[in-house]
Amino acid sequence: MPLVLDDSDQAALDGDRGPAWQLAMRVIVRIAEAVEADHLLDISAAHIDSCLYHGRSGLDFADRLADAGATVTVPTTLNVASFDLRHPDLYRGDPQTAALARRLTERYEEMGCRPTWTCAPYQLEERPEFGQHIAWAESNAIVFANSVLGARTGRYGDFIDICAAITGRAPAAGLHLDDNRQGGVLFRLEGVADRLLDNDGLYPVLGHLVGAATGTRSPVIEGLPGGLSEDRLKALGAAAASSGSVAMFHAVGSTPEAPTLADAFGGRTPGETIVVRPDDLRSTRDRLTTAMGRDIGPIERSSVDIGAICVGTPHYSVGEFGRLVELIATSRVAAGVQFFASTGRDVLMEIELRGWAEHLRESGVTIVTDTCTYITPILAKVDAAMTDSAKWAYYAPGNIGVEVVLGSVEDCVATAVAGHLVRDESMWADA
Amino acid sequence: MPDNAPVPESRVLVAGEATGPVMVLDEPLSFWGGLDAETGLIIDRHHPQAEKSVTGTVLAMSTGRGSSSASSVLAEAIRLRTAPAAIVLLEPDEIIVLGAVVAEELYGISVPVVVVDETTFARLRSARSAEIDTAGRLALTN
Repeated sequence: MPLVLDDSDQAALDGDRGPAWQLAMRVIVRIAEAVEADHLLDISAAHIDSCLYHGRSGLDFADRLADAGATVTVPTTLNVASFDLRHPDLYRGDPQTAALARRLTERYEEMGCRPTWTCAPYQLEERPEFGQHIAWAESNAIVFANSVLGARTGRYGDFIDICAAITGRAPAAGLHLDDNRQGGVLFRLEGVADRLLDNDGLYPVLGHLVGAATGTRSPVIEGLPGGLSEDRLKALGAAAASSGSVAMFHAVGSTPEAPTLADAFGGRTPGETIVVRPDDLRSTRDRLTTAMGRDIGPIERSSVDIGAICVGTPHYSVGEFGRLVELIATSRVAAGVQFFASTGRDVLMEIELRGWAEHLRESGVTIVTDTCTYITPILAKVDAAMTDSAKWAYYAPGNIGVEVVLGSVEDCVATAVAGHLVRDESMWADA
Repeated sequence: MPDNAPVPESRVLVAGEATGPVMVLDEPLSFWGGLDAETGLIIDRHHPQAEKSVTGTVLAMSTGRGSSSASSVLAEAIRLRTAPAAIVLLEPDEIIVLGAVVAEELYGISVPVVVVDETTFARLRSARSAEIDTAGRLALTN
């Protein structure tokens, strides 16, 4: 079925609402044609990824819209920026790039977007409801919205996010539609120890494995405990959306559209079943540990020098900060180790109120807001960094040229305090 | 030599003309975090073709991967002329299409993006170079 526009979409496309609307509608229509949508639908919120600076073209596009006086017509949040707008001194990059990156953030604020500066808009007080159509960009936010909130967003990239925010319209395709929300491939966990199932460290690793193996289908995961926390689902989804193009997953017994296996597949039979064993999880974890390439022997006697710990990808929640405070307790980050925790400014405000931010700073933790440590030069030169995030582990070597060790948050804190690599291998053993 | 089988048709997502050496990616690539727009080199350290250049190639990849920012990086690579000459997919990927659409809107440079079937994708593996016309017809040279 060819794309049919309603009168007001057509008027916008014809330029009746000015050049910004015309450009925005043209981009939406071209994407709608590419994904074979037969009409556009209303969206009631947007999350913008285009505010992160990647070069002149992003600013040229924002200038084109903002110069023409465009403003958003639905509540719109902003993803991370290229540097910590609150603590700009943390930025070690080129000042000219920083000036352009700042200009980009200003243009998006001018268009009426809320300066939330977080990759985890689902941790803000107001968030989309089950069944609500939205246009979110940022891969981890997309997968969380669809899977955990049960809201409906396509896998939107930069540029169309702001176009949808301006026009309030998006292609009726993909995960907006009932038919496309069922699972396509089943991942079944077998022989995984209860201790690992009950540790946060499992979820990013599992997500990475699932994302890499699933292709463009929606994965369904069976064999996890029911009622998983949002933090664990967040880690799983973020990893899967980095190693693959996953925009929705079902964790049977945890995510709202998968109370049972049959629900997750909409009554259909899984096209393929992939069994996940402890061995698969260990090898996935080790593939994400690039520093192992230069390492000899068991990690306990490792010669890898961990100069930095980076947690908070996606942005840490209040709950994750609570766990961090509990783990650090009265100890301190060892001399010579940088410890960064990234989060959004709303979460920072909350942990300031609880006294946790001060506790962490006194323990040697630097809290980074508005951005993330793997997209921008914040780390001082280090041999290797440790993280609890599979997404950080996946991207950091290419983005900021650092070797990585992936561990649980417990491993991260133990390493930071000891000043040398500590990783609990025992929980990864066969059940 | 020219591949004498009939010229395969594709589904055009972004129209344009292009010629270039064929590069078939062994795994999908997220342009953000995976491609340096300044140099056109693959920087994803986990990618089997890490450190290779995509500039000027007819880049065949089965699907997209990863980041929403891939659209921005592709648009930037097109602006800087480090991008592939064309992108051939097995399944449509709206994030890749977005990058190409916006670069065309801003700079008038068209990098065609087309979708082909498995048979054509397999034929690309043995092709040395490929030419794409605005209707999405592919002529292959082995």
